[in-house]
Amino acid sequence: MARRLPRKDVVIVGLGWTGSILANELTDAGLEVAAIERGPWRAAATDYPPNWAQDELRYRIRHELFLQPAQTTFTFRNKMSQTGLPIRNWGAFMPPNGVGGGGVHWNAETWRFLPTDFVLRTHLTQRYGARFLPADMTIQDWGVTYAELEPHYDRFEYLCGTCGQAGNLQGQILEGGNPFEGPRSRAYPNPPQPQPFSHTLFAQAARTLGYRPFPQPSGNLSREYRNPLGVRQGPCSYCGFCEWFGCGNYSKASPQTTILPVLVRKANFVARDRCEVTRINLDPSGRRATGVTFVDTSGQEWEQPADLVLVCAYTIFNVQLLMLSNIGQRYDPVANRGVIGRNFTHQTISDVVSFFDPKKFIFNPFIASGAIGMCIDEFNGDNFDHGPHGFVGGGYMGQVQTNGRPIETTPVPPGTPKWGAKWKQAVKENYLSATKPGTGVHGSMYSYRDVYLDLDPTYKDRFGRPLVRITMDFHDNELKQNRFLTDRFAEIFQAMGARQMDKQYRRAPYDIGDYQTTHLCGGAIMGTDPKTSALNRYLQSWDVPNLFVIGASAFPQNAGYNPTGTVAALAYWSAEAIRTRYLKSPGPLVHA
Amino acid sequence: MLSCARKLLLAMALLAASLSACSRAQGDGHANRQNFDLIQRGRYLVTLGDCTACHADPRRSDSPFGGGRPVATPFGTVVAPNITPDAQTGIGNWTAQQFDEAVRRGRMPNGKRLYPAMPFPYFARMSVADLGAIRAYLNTVKPVHHAVVSDRLPFPFSIRASMIFWDWLYYRPGEWQPHPDRSAAWNRGSYIVSGPGHCGACHTPKTLLGGDEQHRALQGYALEGWFAPDLTGDAQHGLAAWTAEDIVAYLKTGHNRFDAASGPMAEEVKDSSSGMNAQDLAAIATYLKGEESVSQRQAPLPASDPVMVAGAAIYRDVCSGCHKIDGSGVPYLIPDLAGSAAVASREPTTVVQVILHGAASVATREEPTGPQMPSYAWQLNDVQVAAVASYVRNSWGHAAGSVTESAVHSVRESGQGQDSGAR
Repeated sequence: MARRLPRKDVVIVGLGWTGSILANELTDAGLEVAAIERGPWRAAATDYPPNWAQDELRYRIRHELFLQPAQTTFTFRNKMSQTGLPIRNWGAFMPPNGVGGGGVHWNAETWRFLPTDFVLRTHLTQRYGARFLPADMTIQDWGVTYAELEPHYDRFEYLCGTCGQAGNLQGQILEGGNPFEGPRSRAYPNPPQPQPFSHTLFAQAARTLGYRPFPQPSGNLSREYRNPLGVRQGPCSYCGFCEWFGCGNYSKASPQTTILPVLVRKANFVARDRCEVTRINLDPSGRRATGVTFVDTSGQEWEQPADLVLVCAYTIFNVQLLMLSNIGQRYDPVANRGVIGRNFTHQTISDVVSFFDPKKFIFNPFIASGAIGMCIDEFNGDNFDHGPHGFVGGGYMGQVQTNGRPIETTPVPPGTPKWGAKWKQAVKENYLSATKPGTGVHGSMYSYRDVYLDLDPTYKDRFGRPLVRITMDFHDNELKQNRFLTDRFAEIFQAMGARQMDKQYRRAPYDIGDYQTTHLCGGAIMGTDPKTSALNRYLQSWDVPNLFVIGASAFPQNAGYNPTGTVAALAYWSAEAIRTRYLKSPGPLVHA
Repeated sequence: MLSCARKLLLAMALLAASLSACSRAQGDGHANRQNFDLIQRGRYLVTLGDCTACHADPRRSDSPFGGGRPVATPFGTVVAPNITPDAQTGIGNWTAQQFDEAVRRGRMPNGKRLYPAMPFPYFARMSVADLGAIRAYLNTVKPVHHAVVSDRLPFPFSIRASMIFWDWLYYRPGEWQPHPDRSAAWNRGSYIVSGPGHCGACHTPKTLLGGDEQHRALQGYALEGWFAPDLTGDAQHGLAAWTAEDIVAYLKTGHNRFDAASGPMAEEVKDSSSGMNAQDLAAIATYLKGEESVSQRQAPLPASDPVMVAGAAIYRDVCSGCHKIDGSGVPYLIPDLAGSAAVASREPTTVVQVILHGAASVATREEPTGPQMPSYAWQLNDVQVAAVASYVRNSWGHAAGSVTESAVHSVRESGQGQDSGAR
């Protein structure tokens, strides 16, 4: 029997970036907030201190910071005709776990989406005509515009101390920044980090080809910074252990290094770690959430009653909680009805590994930070004319190599034996003179009718609840996009002087074992019509108005950027709507 | 006859008083119970005196005066009593005179003598008025029924009568007197430091019997596994490099451009000095900056010394990523080893403690970050810790002597060191 806790104003499911932002905003508004987090508490200096965090085997290979599939997992299939099977070792993406969420292990690439990304269907239809889009592509407008989100992007960048060069300052295009970005109200709070050698050469080569390269916006600090909450970070030491790793050096923006020190001092905030929320409770009408039920590590079930429920977990878990709590109509791809599970997307990533003359090039790839890199944005979104190419979407590309770590940084030219003395010799020859950007081409993935989430008919978790089933495959549009972008990317390395290149195109079928990014999106999307979206433009549930679902689960489709900047901007946007409108008059903020 | 009647009346009055005390938990029934100014002054003095540092109830975070916290002394563990107004287990039944005797003279109502873990030799400098204010405030806190057994010292220190001799040696009664040639700020600082603030309780070297070495006031002392640094203007070991503003920032926020408060000082900042007002912090700084330099400059270990060579290599490998090659760190985040008083202390205890066990700096409202240093006990052996500690204590202008392997070993064995985990 669930034990009942004293009522709170707000209960937050998941204490990552969005949970921390919402908790801080709403405790500032005077509300009593409880956050419930499935994973452990994590503190920068004690959980991943700089004297043992740099352990590639422990964190990268064995996934220590991520959810253990034994605790819960998903099933996967490519096609609706197939039977899904459980994922037993993470591959294509890494579900975060624990306080700080994905904000602990991320690289801290802190992008904004393009203004046209938010009005995607309208924009593409106007420019190319409705028939240019594949028939089964289900892309939508977001219901919120770039201009509306701009102040919230700005808040997040100043919270993190994001380092970068503005490209569009209030409409004025600035040399050295991204000329395609939407207008920003002010410059980044910190300058970019100085770039390593290969990144610098990549930018020079891109310039000779007529592109306008710029430093990737980064939450790896270029200098000491005190954010508006008074929390301090220090300059990054280029240790090269950023993605997959926590930063105990106080130089990667994370909830731990930007918000939590302030949040934990507040008397109206309480966090429960190692507690897994199993459902959102509804009153008999089904139109009002009464709180959540969670289970602690002893198996004790608890009920946390609250007036406002904020679901701030990782994409799939947000969708799963809605499904298992019977909130909203579940998506049916055959009937093309329902919204929960619809428009699920990931990313279209590829890479080009390039080999240079070791006598002329010594790149020292181990000198790097997580979001270091020089990028171009000429082929992102609708920054170029798609008419001749027969696809939509795109992505940024760049020399964004984050490390030269020993286990995985073994670039060898195509044709080298896979093991043995010749392989070792090739690794030795090429380690210092090869470039391996990792996620060099960061392409969009748009949404399709047959790419979605539902509940698996066979496999259940330890509570007897069905696992979420992923049905996902690449469509021709994304494969064409990737081929085009990867070729353009390789041309830049060619111009840089590469003597051999390994173009690793993204190919179908979608491979659940091959890491792309952790940027799963959609499944509980925002929009303007309850028939095609789970949430209104403020991320408020159409069905249960005292429920907000915050995160990339709200993206109608994924753009050609890393999502965290937009996820956080949406969190601030939603928090502002709750503070200034919902609290005054609790109820639907949009009437459908 | 008359005498008998008076005795009877007196006995009846006493009985009435004790009944009243039971119901009201008030030993000084004549006090004005709503003297707002007095109570507020008392509350502030309790902050200045950091009473909660010892008298907190470790079982409950909401009971800062319920007692029971063990206080480690070189002679054994003393447990601080309950000072809430609970009549049975606290000080609710004490008269004003009894309270004064305990706080300023170290005498309990039952005649027993207090150990100097209670810094009554410092509190003796406070005025009667201040004592009354403190009592007035303590009367307002929630009474906690918590019987504390204080006597836990081993023989012979368990004989409280031994304190008669100690008091004769080290206890000097008498309220603090202003120095007419000094500024008001200096005098206020002097009063706080030598009176309620009892800074010397940690920062003044002690004799073998635990008494202050009066001629070496505030020159630093090792206790609880840490070294409370020299607070004088001494160029080699003290605060010569710190401006008055640096001292104020450190006391108020736990951090300044050089250093961060960790260990016992982190608690002091959290419970005491972060709550002091700006004038008092400035007064403390004025007083401390007014103390003269004392020691002769020594020469640092030569850079060619094998220990220094090894220490420099270890420093470059494991320390320089955060503290930088020149020791300068990051202001308010990672201490500047060149400007840190803890690094240059006469004894290396704090440096060794922090290297071995890590340190959590205090988080305050103004400086909420609370950065931490991890433990290196698993990574560096005693010889390596000694080398790198010697290196930082003899670089960047420091000349604080070498650190021995056995000194490191004893800190490692003591296993002290705070829990540097947030949870």
